[in-house]
Amino acid sequence: MNEWLYVALFLIVGLIIPIGAITAGFIFGPKKPNPIKESTYECGIEPVGEAWVQFKAQYYIFALVFLVFDVEAVLLFPWAVKLGQLGLYVVIEGIIFVSILIVGLVYTWRKGMLEWV
Amino acid sequence: MNFWNDPLKVAADWLEGIFAGWGMDAVLAHVLVAFLGVFLLIIILMVLDIFLVWVERKVVARFQDRLGPNRVGPFGLIQPFADIIKLMIKEDTTPGGADKVVYNLAPILSMASVLILWAVVPLAPVMLGVDLNVGVLFLIAAGAIGTLSIIMAGWSSNNKFATIGGFRQVAVMVSFEIPMLAMLMIPVIFSGSMNMNTIIESQNVWYFLISPLGALIFLIAAIAELGRAPFDLAEGESELVAGFNIEYSGMKFGMFFAGELLHAFTFGGFWAILFFGGYRFFGLEQVSPFLAVLILVIKAMVGYWVIMWVRYTVMRIRIDQMLAFNWKFLTPLAFVLVLVTALADALLASAPTWLYVSGMFLANVLTGWAALEIARSATHKEREQLEGAKQPAEVSH
Repeated sequence: MNEWLYVALFLIVGLIIPIGAITAGFIFGPKKPNPIKESTYECGIEPVGEAWVQFKAQYYIFALVFLVFDVEAVLLFPWAVKLGQLGLYVVIEGIIFVSILIVGLVYTWRKGMLEWV
Repeated sequence: MNFWNDPLKVAADWLEGIFAGWGMDAVLAHVLVAFLGVFLLIIILMVLDIFLVWVERKVVARFQDRLGPNRVGPFGLIQPFADIIKLMIKEDTTPGGADKVVYNLAPILSMASVLILWAVVPLAPVMLGVDLNVGVLFLIAAGAIGTLSIIMAGWSSNNKFATIGGFRQVAVMVSFEIPMLAMLMIPVIFSGSMNMNTIIESQNVWYFLISPLGALIFLIAAIAELGRAPFDLAEGESELVAGFNIEYSGMKFGMFFAGELLHAFTFGGFWAILFFGGYRFFGLEQVSPFLAVLILVIKAMVGYWVIMWVRYTVMRIRIDQMLAFNWKFLTPLAFVLVLVTALADALLASAPTWLYVSGMFLANVLTGWAALEIARSATHKEREQLEGAKQPAEVSH
């Protein structure tokens, strides 16, 4: 049997348990909703407008740099697995590869993009 | 082969025999037995989770010089069950303007993401769960679902505090996943495999001794990934009231709470597996699988205790400090450490064990020391720019 099917079993059971717990809470708990109870918390005063407003995501640049490094991991893990068999030459290649990315990070840093504004 | 040497195999064969006796198809019987095994493991985890609530409350009480729960049952052991009954019979309110589907899905995913992590945990030499050859990547992928559930909860609640909490969680996720990924490469480099069990099998010397700095950075990144103090920005009781879970009540809140505790315990377990030899302890794991599981649980508990220790000792840091700490210090350090480890591994490949271990240890300590020195001098410069050059102390006559 394919081992990913076991992972699927874990996912199924892992979903059943919390769904069951929440359903039990739904069955045993009282259900008396009213508009005041359903209003969202906002320091005790009536909520003003919606919460889904436009945000300034100050970490936008961080997220872009994150994407670069996240994709890099896909390329580095095979390198890390076979390192013991391939020797020094491949290590130096890895160093060059990571250095290019570090230069990118330093460039972002020097441009002042890694500051919280 | 008897029950004490290989309990899972014996039990599975026995059950499959019974199902075959009922005239069931062999494949179906196999799937059913696997399903029962998974179900049993997860039920045990949930019971452990209830116990963890007690452990957490007792330990925080000791850290804060209190007694903690001590009224319900001996040492307050029944307290978590009382909590569960209370959560169950509480009214489950849903905020009026919430995005219902996402709102209800978030606590379920929060728990499920932790439970599927246990698929790749090798409990004992003969109890492997799923022996995935990409176990390390599975750890990252499943861990990210937990973060996703926090973002979903924050966004769907239609509450401003919750939205800010969700946004902050994105910031935490985009930063601390990188050092974590880099630190997962270190056991992979040593063992030459991404399989959790192979990583344990190849730890004749604990990887903690070979790469102490790697273990430390992994722990920091894990705490951030868990969203526990000092990185609990998404929750931030004093600023965001409760952050992402502010609108949750009853069992849905309970799922977030229990999921967080079990997540912390699980990462304690992964810390033990990746850096402290998992179920191995001086050959004791060969005696009985039950002993191996016990060793793993004790090691995971120690890891969990360290995570709690950090949580109740260090104060919460600001979001800009967190991002600066990660991107200007931890990420460069993590990648330098990976390269230093790879280089030292290639240079010391043919050295005897004692030389290999001490060389690696020294390389780690030197890297950490150099990083701290660079950070210190950079901070001094920055402070001088902010406050002006240091005035010589006034001498009074």
